Amino acid sequence: MNLRSKDLVSIKDLSAGEIEHIIETAAGFKDVLGRDIKKVPALRGKTTVNLFYEPSTRTRTSFEVAAKRLSTDVINIATSTSSVVKGETLLDTARTVLALGADIVVIRHKCSGTPHFLARNIDASVVNAGDGTNEHPTQALLDLFTMKENKGRIQGLEVAIVGDILHSRVAKSNIYALSKLGAKVRLIGPPTLVPDCMRDLGVGIYADMNAGLEGVDVIMMLRIQLERQGKGFFPSTHEYFRNWGLTAARVARAKDDAIIMHPGPMNRGIEIASEVADSSRSVILDQVTNGIAIRMAVLYLVSGVKE
Amino acid sequence: MKLFIKNAHLIDPVQKLDNICSILIEDRKIQEIHAQAAKGRGQGAKGSKDHKPGSVDEVIDARGMLVLPGLVDMHVHLREPGFEYKETIRTGTEAAVRGGVTSVCCMPNTNPVNDTPGITEFIIRKAIQEGSCSVFPIGAITKGQKGEELAELGMMFDAGCVAFSDDGRPVVDSMVMRRALEYSRIRNMLIISHAEDLSLAAGGVMNEGLLSVTMGLQGIPAQAEEIMISRDIALAELTGGRLHIAHVSTAGSVELLRAARKRGIAEITSETCPHYFSITEEAVSGYNANAKVNPPLRTKKDVEAIREGLRDGTIDVIATDHAPHHKDEKSGEFDAAPSGISGLETSIGLSMRLVDDGVLTIAGLVDKMTCAPARILGLSDTKGTLKPGADADLVIVDTEKEYTVNAADFRSKGKNTPFDGWRLKARPAVTIARGRIYRWE
Amino acid sequence: MAKELLDKKDIERAITRMAHEIIEKNKGISSICLVGIQRGGVHIANRLRAKLKEIEGSDLPVGLLDISLYRDDLNVRKDQPVVRRTQVPCEINDQKVVLVDDVLFTGRSIRAAMDAIMDLGRPSAIQLAVLVDRGHRELPIKADFVGKNIPTSMNETVSVQLSEDGMEDRVVLE
Repeated sequence: MNLRSKDLVSIKDLSAGEIEHIIETAAGFKDVLGRDIKKVPALRGKTTVNLFYEPSTRTRTSFEVAAKRLSTDVINIATSTSSVVKGETLLDTARTVLALGADIVVIRHKCSGTPHFLARNIDASVVNAGDGTNEHPTQALLDLFTMKENKGRIQGLEVAIVGDILHSRVAKSNIYALSKLGAKVRLIGPPTLVPDCMRDLGVGIYADMNAGLEGVDVIMMLRIQLERQGKGFFPSTHEYFRNWGLTAARVARAKDDAIIMHPGPMNRGIEIASEVADSSRSVILDQVTNGIAIRMAVLYLVSGVKE
Repeated sequence: MKLFIKNAHLIDPVQKLDNICSILIEDRKIQEIHAQAAKGRGQGAKGSKDHKPGSVDEVIDARGMLVLPGLVDMHVHLREPGFEYKETIRTGTEAAVRGGVTSVCCMPNTNPVNDTPGITEFIIRKAIQEGSCSVFPIGAITKGQKGEELAELGMMFDAGCVAFSDDGRPVVDSMVMRRALEYSRIRNMLIISHAEDLSLAAGGVMNEGLLSVTMGLQGIPAQAEEIMISRDIALAELTGGRLHIAHVSTAGSVELLRAARKRGIAEITSETCPHYFSITEEAVSGYNANAKVNPPLRTKKDVEAIREGLRDGTIDVIATDHAPHHKDEKSGEFDAAPSGISGLETSIGLSMRLVDDGVLTIAGLVDKMTCAPARILGLSDTKGTLKPGADADLVIVDTEKEYTVNAADFRSKGKNTPFDGWRLKARPAVTIARGRIYRWE
Repeated sequence: MAKELLDKKDIERAITRMAHEIIEKNKGISSICLVGIQRGGVHIANRLRAKLKEIEGSDLPVGLLDISLYRDDLNVRKDQPVVRRTQVPCEINDQKVVLVDDVLFTGRSIRAAMDAIMDLGRPSAIQLAVLVDRGHRELPIKADFVGKNIPTSMNETVSVQLSEDGMEDRVVLE
């Protein structure tokens, strides 16, 4: 089975079948990660370029490990130190990268839509590692993989996503993926950060976290960016934690076997209480391992698409 | 130069003409119009006068086409001085005549800003030297368009500015806008408002709604426009100044203007642009920067309200807000691209669809694109009509043949249009402006 | 026109004979691990294990091996191979591994399987058991235990159908 596109730019473009295929392929790759020799020759001879316009250690490292495990050569370009600072346009940078022999370009950028622009303009496979406040497809895929591992299914799961939904590309990709696979999504947070119009996506919206967490199977906490406080989205982190922080008492509202997820890095004491982050219901570290398996699956599958 | 146009189906609302006519032009002025019986009515014919062979230099047979007074586009960015890489007076006016526009009003957000008589005179002189059509400068309301101090409106008016606007930006300070509207009364000047509440619109790059949320782009709510329009209407009432609202884009704005008209605030006029009655915010899908414009493209409900506003006369004028940009600027990150659509060459084709859809009659369309702007700008003696004595600015339009919009062929330097590839009718076959005849195949 | 080469009984007898050969060559089953190549070899491996258990009275480990990541034709195939599970429950280092597949043809799958096994450890020996050998080797690969040799031409296909997949046990030539 092939993916339809050489690029992975947006969950919105994937069918439910393609999402399931990626998750299943990732299961096969997770086996590789459990061995002593954690490497397979599948993409030997190919070159992966990590083009990160936004600083990121976790995602970039995860993609780097995934690419190396598949035996591709990896080139990391952190644009704060490169020609981009001198005013090179996005297109010129992409073409240069291509001329260096890139087969796959993994891009993270602060402007939504840049992976779409790149995918239209270069022949290499483009993988979106996070664009502005639009999407973070591989994060959603690893989140769904983790849910499936723990719950056995996606369909029918009650999933609560808590925090700054408006600015969260992680939340949005998850909403699209979970909806496509038949899960029920609830968004919890202050009205300034959870736009009403999202009801049209078929999700529930709650400002009251206690009500929102009743009976859910999965609690996904989002990172609160401290800059949002200065812009009037909420008055203080103290007030934020009081209303929307994940405490043990709030966890008790969910099902007894509910799992706790977070894309990382966590702000302990602002969106999540320390003891909750470290509790046995937290699968946050699994998410990291699964991230490598999912990214291996994505790199493997986009390479196989011949257009 | 003597020019005779025969078999001209002339639509001239000022003369209340919708007839086959013959038109005699001499020395860039309309000499005579002879109308046959009005189409389809069979009254006593006035008779169409033919020319004596040898008495004219050129004859044009306009059989099968519409002849209109040249379009008056009161909202155009010619970019010169300062941004010649995007457009010049030469290329912008070439684009104008290709689109059937024979008079353009150019906005002052150049570099330097047109906020002194000197810059006004520069523009007028350049236009005489290099322009393919008439150019009427719009001066800035405030110095540098900074919104703080009034510019020398009187001297600029005397130098040739036909109206004043800080377009590109709103006049944020209500006191400054008040003073501008009050002061403008010394010459009965027109103040054109770019209505945008910057604090609400801040950082926005498209219409605010579910689409902006799911595209991860900052949105501009409709209220950013409506709040400012409310304020400007109130100030116009307070001061008695003449106010014209630029580029109306939302249903709420149309409502406000309709209510103001009902209250009898007669000196408030408004314009909209072809993109606001033709396409919605969906056009930016896929991060198409050619659809990035300010005010942004709105929803279906807004498009319908704009069309209704044109139909019932709430909106007086169709202008393009022609905003050419260099292709490199519209390439790359959507957030970084400047807003604007290069609209001169698609204006009449898009607007004619309103006639096809029954929103306007052909005479009504001509009024919006020619007569009303000429009247509002105080140019109706010589522009916006083909009565004897008016300037011989006219366009002969082929309304039958369909063509495909090809941005690469634009005369404008700006190829930034979301209408590339669209099938339109109503294309100028001949434009006559400043004594020159432009023929397009 | 499909032609049946082996029926249910033929397959049973072949597996029985192969099991005895494996026991004889390895002097019992205590030192070996069966590894079925996904997908065709998995059920054969399980059937061999059941038969070996029946004969020797003791059990032996059976693993699954996915070879798609080691194929030599990933760049030329139109359809991308599906990555499946690899679960090998025995220690590979210093162990004798018997690879099991349904059909041996060009030998390229076995080459890939050997590379995959090598990444799991260093076996003391690798042996190969196949239900059908249809000839046309493109690499120097030989099976140690063969259920049936069937000469074929290049444009024919041999397919092994098993009841574990919901079909009648038979081997068909098309």
